[in-house]
Amino acid sequence: MEFRSPEFKTRAVHALHDANLQKALSNTKAGFVVKRAKAAEEMPEFEALRDTAAEIKNHVLANLDHYLEKYEAAVTAAGGHVHYATDAEDARRIILGICKKANAKRITKGKSMVSEEMSLNEALIGEGYEVVETDLGEYIIQLADEPPSHIIAPAIHKTKDQVADLFAAAHNKPRKTDRAELVAEAREVLREKYFTAEVGITGGNFLVAETGSSVIVTNEGNGDLTQTLAKVHIVTSGIERVIPSLDDLSVFLRILARSATGQETESYTTFSTGPRREGDIDGPEEYHVVLLDNGRSKMLGSRFQDMLRCIRCGACMNHCPVYGSIGGHAYGWVYPGPMGSVLTPLIKGMDGTYDLPNACTLNGRCKSVCPVRIPLPDLLREIRHNQFRQDMTPKRQKQALKLWRYVAERPKLYHFAERIGVRILASMANGKGKLRSLPFDPGWTGARDLPAPTGRTFLELWQAKRGDK
Amino acid sequence: MSSRDTIFKAIRQGLGRGPLDDAARKQLDARIANPPQHIRATVDDADLVARFAQRFESRSGTTERIASLADVPAAVAALAESYAIAPSAVVGTALGELAWPEGWQIDHGAATIDVMLGVSLAWRGIAETGSILMLSGPDRPITHNFVPETHVVVLPVEHIVRHYEDCWVALRERGQGAPRAMNFISGPSRTGDVEQTIELGAHGPRRMHVLILG
Repeated sequence: MEFRSPEFKTRAVHALHDANLQKALSNTKAGFVVKRAKAAEEMPEFEALRDTAAEIKNHVLANLDHYLEKYEAAVTAAGGHVHYATDAEDARRIILGICKKANAKRITKGKSMVSEEMSLNEALIGEGYEVVETDLGEYIIQLADEPPSHIIAPAIHKTKDQVADLFAAAHNKPRKTDRAELVAEAREVLREKYFTAEVGITGGNFLVAETGSSVIVTNEGNGDLTQTLAKVHIVTSGIERVIPSLDDLSVFLRILARSATGQETESYTTFSTGPRREGDIDGPEEYHVVLLDNGRSKMLGSRFQDMLRCIRCGACMNHCPVYGSIGGHAYGWVYPGPMGSVLTPLIKGMDGTYDLPNACTLNGRCKSVCPVRIPLPDLLREIRHNQFRQDMTPKRQKQALKLWRYVAERPKLYHFAERIGVRILASMANGKGKLRSLPFDPGWTGARDLPAPTGRTFLELWQAKRGDK
Repeated sequence: MSSRDTIFKAIRQGLGRGPLDDAARKQLDARIANPPQHIRATVDDADLVARFAQRFESRSGTTERIASLADVPAAVAALAESYAIAPSAVVGTALGELAWPEGWQIDHGAATIDVMLGVSLAWRGIAETGSILMLSGPDRPITHNFVPETHVVVLPVEHIVRHYEDCWVALRERGQGAPRAMNFISGPSRTGDVEQTIELGAHGPRRMHVLILG
């Protein structure tokens, strides 16, 4: 998908003033956040499972080459094909080749964020293929010609009325307003697509080295219809998604749905291992897996290796106050929210992604809910360090930081400056306890008041209190 | 250099080492063959069948107890009648020869777009989450699980296990590796993609009924 991260600030401002988006975002809190908390609370082993999941991922990353070889051998033994792609262009070339060989006209797709990384839809459509997203959320935004705004709930920014308008325009049917009717209409329209597509593309949540299986986790069953009814099934996944055994997988099955949607389990966990076998009367005739690197191998051994544990559950964005205010589109690329603010600069480069790690309050909620314990705030801070080292920090900010450092390293001067500052602010507030606007930073008070000090610094108050004793 | 070689080189470079030696490989292979037993969810219910039914029903599935395989056609017919479904179904041959009531049309082939009812044999039921495990095979077409609007699954009680991991033990004992497709199914198809409100029957079955056998 198109890279719009450089426009983060403008897009964030638009998002804050988009009434429909704000209405849609307000649903998230009551939904995912509350449900996840309940699911975690109901499972006494949840915290220990998170530790185990992180350990398994660390073990895989330290031995990634071996597990990939094992996985590849198992897929090949089952009659499937594994393709490696160094970057998005490489991946597009491979997939276009498979589609061409299959004489495809129509391609159905289950949800795949990796395919968004590849800008796959644009490439396929450009070559004349009809591409149909089948996950209901993905289908909605495909009709709206928009990218996903959340990694597991791509159309989270759309209201029911907007969906009704999109369907009425696309389906040539009377406009439905009932939610169940809308879902039924999409079901009917997409059903025919599944049965007539030559190629079905899905993602891969996990790749099991033991069996050579790709695993997807869905609620709708669209991924299953996509991959079962097409002649050719293509799985797109990242090289880091391999895990050793089915027993290791069980750990992730217990934490993924709980972290993502707060469900004990989703409706479907589907394992695919190669093409149809001898005697089978259904299933794809060809099975391909395209494994994308796209900057992942570079994270190995770096300070960002922990990011490769990510299982794409979306919990970090569900709990992020910044994401909760501006939604996913403002971030301008495939992955929004905290995990995206780490991944986008690492995959797309530091140019044009400056604002992402800085649009974070370091409140730590993302880290506290991450099922594989990725220290997201630390990684975001690390990227800020890199920006500073590479001299990307704006000049004014740098000067201000230098000045602050100079003062902060001199306690006497610091306290003196503090005493002056506090008294000035107190007199400006004129006893009201708050300031409506700041002379040097009107932006800060644009939408809120600054609580004003009462006239003495904390240290003065503390000393006075101790003196009273 | 091929993309594969480039990626493997980059991985090893990142990890700061060359290819693993034989001893290390052997150790990792042993870990796959004999996977560590990780922490599981506590399932201390004495009655696994009751737990299975309770969990499965918590996600809008329905269950019914039957005594023998011969009871399947009557149970399916009663369900079809209550939902006004025509007497026609796709049925996997894994269920064997069943005596269907007069007027029923039974097809053992892959499900086509107009099929409204599918009847399948589950391979395992998992009490932990109230999920069933389906395996694919010539006698268990996978389309039966996803295409029909109503899916009836026959689950023998002796195949209800405690945890996911018990399925893996059974699968390894079966000794044919993984089948082409395996599905954990935990209830009817659902979506929350319109304003995070759950609707059933997104693409897969709108209705799921498990006949617990035995």
